[in-house]
Amino acid sequence: MRWTRLIACASIVALSGCGAGGGGGGEEGGKTVRVLMVNNPQMIDLQKLTAANFTKETGIKVAFKVLPENDVRDTIAQDVANEAGQYDVISISNFEVPIYSKNGWLQSLSDYASKDSKFDEDDILEPMRESLKGDDGKTYGVPFYGESSMLMYRKDVFKQEGLKMPERPTWDEVADLAAKVDGAEPGMKGICLRGLPGWGEVFAPLTTVVNTFGGTWFTKDWQAQVDSPEFKEATNFYVDLVRKHGQSGAPQSGFTECLNNMSQGKVAMWYDATSAAGSLENRSQSKVAGKVGYAYAPVKKTKNSGWLYTWAWGIEKASKNPDDAWKFVAWASSKEYQKLVGEKLGWAKAPDGTRQSLYDNPEYQKAAASFYKIIQGSITSADPKNPGVQPRPTLGIQFVDIPEFTKLGTDVSQFVSSAIAGKTTVDEALRKGQEMAEKVAEKYQ
Amino acid sequence: MTAVSQQASGALARPSAARVTARKKWSLRAPLLPALIFMVVMTQLPFVATLVISTLSWNSLQPGTREFVFLENYKTMFTDSALREALFNTMIFTAAVVLISVFLGLIIALLLDRKFLGRGLVRTMMIAPFLVVPIAAALVWKHALLNPGYGLLNGVLTWIGKLFGDSTPIQPDWISEMPKVAVIASLVWQWTPFMMLILLAGLQSQPSEPLEAAKVDGASDWQSFRYVTLPHMRTYIELAILLGSIYIVQNFDAVFTLTSGGLGTANLPYAVYNTFFAGHEYGQASAAGVLVVIGSIVIGTFALRVVSTLLREETR
Repeated sequence: MRWTRLIACASIVALSGCGAGGGGGGEEGGKTVRVLMVNNPQMIDLQKLTAANFTKETGIKVAFKVLPENDVRDTIAQDVANEAGQYDVISISNFEVPIYSKNGWLQSLSDYASKDSKFDEDDILEPMRESLKGDDGKTYGVPFYGESSMLMYRKDVFKQEGLKMPERPTWDEVADLAAKVDGAEPGMKGICLRGLPGWGEVFAPLTTVVNTFGGTWFTKDWQAQVDSPEFKEATNFYVDLVRKHGQSGAPQSGFTECLNNMSQGKVAMWYDATSAAGSLENRSQSKVAGKVGYAYAPVKKTKNSGWLYTWAWGIEKASKNPDDAWKFVAWASSKEYQKLVGEKLGWAKAPDGTRQSLYDNPEYQKAAASFYKIIQGSITSADPKNPGVQPRPTLGIQFVDIPEFTKLGTDVSQFVSSAIAGKTTVDEALRKGQEMAEKVAEKYQ
Repeated sequence: MTAVSQQASGALARPSAARVTARKKWSLRAPLLPALIFMVVMTQLPFVATLVISTLSWNSLQPGTREFVFLENYKTMFTDSALREALFNTMIFTAAVVLISVFLGLIIALLLDRKFLGRGLVRTMMIAPFLVVPIAAALVWKHALLNPGYGLLNGVLTWIGKLFGDSTPIQPDWISEMPKVAVIASLVWQWTPFMMLILLAGLQSQPSEPLEAAKVDGASDWQSFRYVTLPHMRTYIELAILLGSIYIVQNFDAVFTLTSGGLGTANLPYAVYNTFFAGHEYGQASAAGVLVVIGSIVIGTFALRVVSTLLREETR
């Protein structure tokens, strides 16, 4: 079986001209752990701190390969599916863990975690721990940092306009506020919402809106619901809001573009990942540090609507060096590492959203005073098993945890993005989306 | 003449000469063999494997569900509306980009064919867009030129607006409002220099006598361009169109960067990428890849034929 996979890979690389990218192949054996990870700021900090601390203490070298989110996902999928074992440690999310572990591509980390007393497994927040387990109940991932979603807004602009943001706003209130703060400063828009195609781009926030409006992608028995009235109402609401009071260039805005818009003062509100707070409060990159207020993810029919996402460490089944790989993984997601970042780079940069002990730490509380309670509250109340008003067929808040969702979400998101650009209507976009969702659902019925 | 004498000498000393020429032929072929074998192993074998895979239903995230489905994946290619649209987009992009850039390239080549001060410098600058890495060119277009907030185009509009005392000039969201035009514009910008180079070479190979004769006969500038220069340029224009088509059919960077395949701009290469990396559908992606290769081979065959007529004409 393996040779066909190799040829498949080689031939498609030859045809499409995009290589999967080689790892540090020459450094096999010895004491080198090869890590493939996403290029988020928390990972870049880790890369900087590893040699002087982890390698110095243990003598284990770490070779990093760092890629942007879409590319890292693709490369990891190739590496594990081909059982190529180019990397020992990979950064994966709670979307991949259940799927990969079911296919037997990941090492079970249960034994490592329970035997390693310094690691303190029980300190990890429960929704995080649960979301990184496989169908068999074993742990396959250790969270590095975790996030939910929340609403960020400009306290100063709201004060100047005489407006008040509730701690737990509804979407109707947010739409109302967006209209009022639109144009509060020259060139300032009311709200930034993602519009860039991609299941992890526009559909991350949009699916949480669908959930709280009472919609879902699939019912418990796999009936596609993309053109249901609730899904439509939610999508119309989202598209109307971003078209009327959203940022310019909305159909090309993802997380990064919205972070730019918010930190450059071009929007008054932003609904997105809680992990954005660290960047917004960083004075060297953000013009609005200290001026941002935080509120829970807006709701309509549900009590909360924040998503749950974590970048976690997994160890490939094909890794030849799992013991050393575990040592690295345990160090990178430990309390000591959080403390190291706190002391060397500042507590606001400590990887958050994973450990109770961080939220109990007075130094962290002081550094993250404006947002830590909202983040902790959002993560602990997130429920991937039951995120909406109806029972779901599988896990996932801002996604549906099946392999087909990446393609389905991405394809449908292209129509939604077109609707945001005014090139098509929401009804038409969701009609096409329903056809695609029905095809996917057939496999599971 | 030479062929005849060769035949004659061959007929005179047939047995030994045949062996000599056979050995001679192999002494010419043998040094080529390693390269040929390498080529076959690296390009043809994977292609055969791709053909095989394109008949399978195979999602890499669901091992154990692989099965033979014969031409099902190809049927999907023509029935799936998204893939059909990608096929259609590829044709539009290729045709529009090639025709516009050949037209612009011809005009620029005609201008550069004249002697003026600093011609070499201008020529080098004109070629520059073709030397930029495609993904970098696409990023320049997305962020530096077309971005509605900080792009150059809207910056110029703001500046013009200010000249007329307008504090809120129009700020179009270029990519959202005209996604296909944005993709085509960025590709035309990059490919016009390529067309210009080929056409300039054609112009410079044109003998001056027919033009002088036409002038003596009283032909106007337009007439001598239409009836003397253009017929000479025909093969060069064909070559430019065919080579350009082969490359632009495969273009991925512009769509990937400018729109991420949204707003109805996904082309076949993007669809292959999406099916393989996002969908993990190895069989379906292979089928799409095979179609792209077949399309390129068809164009490529024509291209080779044009190149060979060109070579024949050179030696004539």
